[in-house]
Amino acid sequence: MTRLLFRGATLSSGERTDILVSEGRILELGTGLNDAKAELVDTNGLLALTGLVDLHTHLREPGFEQSETVLSGSRAAAVGGYTVIHAMANTSPVADTAGVVEQVHSLGVEAGLVEVRPVGAVTAGLAGEALAEIGAMARSRAKVRVFSDDGRCVFNSQLMRRALEYVKSFDGVIAQHAQDPNLTEGAQMNEGALNSELGLAGWPAAAEEAIIARDVLLAGESGARLHVCHVSTAGSVDLLRWAKARGILVTAEATPHHLLLTEETARGYDSRFKVNPPLRTSEDVAALREGLRDGTIDAIATDHAPHPLESKETEWQAAAFGMVGLESALSVVHAAMVETGEFGWTQLEAVMSTQPAGIGRVEGHPLRIAAGEPAEIVFYDPEARSEFEASRLRGKSSNSPFFGMTLPGKVVATVHRGRLTVKDGEVVEPSDSKAENGMVTNG
Amino acid sequence: MRHLLSAKDLSRETAIEIMDTAEGMSEVAGRSVPRLPALRGKTVVSLFYEDSTRTRTSFELAAKMLSADVLTFSAKGSSVSKGESLKDTAQTLAAMGADAVVVRHAASGAPKLLADSGWIDAGVVNAGDGTHEHPTQALLDAFSIRRRIRSGDSTGTALDGVKVLIVGDILHSRVARSNIWLLNTLGAQVSLAAPATLLPRGIEHWPVKIHFDLDRALEEKPDAVMMLRIQSERMHAAYFPNPREYSRFWGLNDERLHGLSDDTLIMHPGPMNRGLEISAAAADSSRSTVREQVANGVSIRMAVLYLMLSGARRESQ
Repeated sequence: MTRLLFRGATLSSGERTDILVSEGRILELGTGLNDAKAELVDTNGLLALTGLVDLHTHLREPGFEQSETVLSGSRAAAVGGYTVIHAMANTSPVADTAGVVEQVHSLGVEAGLVEVRPVGAVTAGLAGEALAEIGAMARSRAKVRVFSDDGRCVFNSQLMRRALEYVKSFDGVIAQHAQDPNLTEGAQMNEGALNSELGLAGWPAAAEEAIIARDVLLAGESGARLHVCHVSTAGSVDLLRWAKARGILVTAEATPHHLLLTEETARGYDSRFKVNPPLRTSEDVAALREGLRDGTIDAIATDHAPHPLESKETEWQAAAFGMVGLESALSVVHAAMVETGEFGWTQLEAVMSTQPAGIGRVEGHPLRIAAGEPAEIVFYDPEARSEFEASRLRGKSSNSPFFGMTLPGKVVATVHRGRLTVKDGEVVEPSDSKAENGMVTNG
Repeated sequence: MRHLLSAKDLSRETAIEIMDTAEGMSEVAGRSVPRLPALRGKTVVSLFYEDSTRTRTSFELAAKMLSADVLTFSAKGSSVSKGESLKDTAQTLAAMGADAVVVRHAASGAPKLLADSGWIDAGVVNAGDGTHEHPTQALLDAFSIRRRIRSGDSTGTALDGVKVLIVGDILHSRVARSNIWLLNTLGAQVSLAAPATLLPRGIEHWPVKIHFDLDRALEEKPDAVMMLRIQSERMHAAYFPNPREYSRFWGLNDERLHGLSDDTLIMHPGPMNRGLEISAAAADSSRSTVREQVANGVSIRMAVLYLMLSGARRESQ
């Protein structure tokens, strides 16, 4: 394996250092490092952060390969600065058995760009009726720790309680998609004055908040870990703050798009802005930012949701929910949180890398950029600034809401397991790097 | 006028211009040969994804009276029902040389999507989209009120100071939405009377007065009372306990009819549920504008098509 010497990066703490990487690990930090055998990479002016970890990615494989595959989603993740992603269970077949999660896991290993950690379904077939094979998935080669029926809510209170209790046995966590299905039948966008004017059925905040309220109470009684997916309302942030103050083991994530965009984007009926949960008001955006700043929200998760063009180039009501987000996440959080002065790079690193890794119980984490640690690093140019374009995407789908927006920053390089998976902003496939380094493949 | 997508976006000047043009058009209908050559050689497509015989025939008659060629592209019996996308349909119509497309669609925003997408260059008229808007209905309602209230020559006038009460299912009504915006633009005072279940969230931010008691609302002596249709699918979805209770609390029954002053207009966009939201006596009373609304609808749609295809577009060329 090659040695890499990164010259002159800045850590999130502000400290400037060279970073020498060898055999998948960080060998040495310090200024003025030299190594005759190492490939030199000039990282002057770049930030070095621990590799980003996404708790919420839809890779669509198996079953919906026209939208995304494990490989194409891995590329999108790598250029976004990610080294670990969690693949949601709503594939076809559903990831509710050891067989499916092991398949997704091996596809990830084969792609070789990021660590793909499958999320297991909570209920068989995401049907909300009986528990999926949680234990078998936890003990499988994929070592599943995060379980979610994402896209659907585990609505039955008794079943939710049992699921929380059962995953406790495996140090797992239930990641709940909080959405009361009765309150959101046919819902299209946030409920308020705007949806009434546009004639699109409303999605009340209470549909999310009522489930979160119930679930934190269940988690409190069972002593189990609950994770709340894509929190979108100010009321949800209040409920989480209350639950955390009582010592309930609850964590929460927010998506980049909910930190930057509001329901106003629905005015043009452009379905790139149609997403579940819906974009909310500017007051909700402010509350999410505050929650992220004060630790009520623990993690940024992309909810990267690829869809083919025909699912979006249509009437709003007929269009699919969701947007891609892996490639834009870091720039969007930079814009929403750092540029606005909400927090600095150490907190960004915490919510985009360390804390999500902890929630997902990712092995070897939490990481630091220090000698002896695994080499999982993203090099980011915080001074860059450009209009976000389709050419930045590496996944199969192009349903990004950020086209045409000027966003700060650019991922220049990503290091995963000591190898450059992204160099000069471009994906480096495992086969390319072997060829480049003149390495002989053994087994 | 390039498109007519919503009443909310109509300026007061444009709305008055449309009504004044409709005034002229209404004379054509009375002629022995009710035809104008204004749109000869133009092709108007009526693209109806929802059944609506009334609105469709009104538009088609309007187009024919202006000598346009009319193509009917109805959801039933065309590829629309086989899952052809709006994009494909739009491109087909563009290839056929459509100058204007009159679209009715169950999805809110579909006409705007057609107008903005670049799939077709034709002018787009919204003939009702989901629970969003139905601007020509609002124009014909305003036109009907203006003609009744301003006896004699009403040309050039708006509806300043006129009090209009809209009663019933505001939540699901595109007619109510369009009327609220247009009447407000024209200077009228709009009140709503409905149970809270049938009012949209955020309605307190709209330029309207809200009543939860129809009799109280009627005490304010509105100049026009507009009754909205209750759709049968609402009757079993807990918006109200049952049709009897709805009728008793929110219907324009004979007792309420007798309490109205003689010059209060009774309006209904049709089709009516007689005995539910409106009694037969109210529907047939001399104060009712229901049949005039139908005739005025043709005049308004003639005016819209005329202004869209012979006026503004020619200027822009």
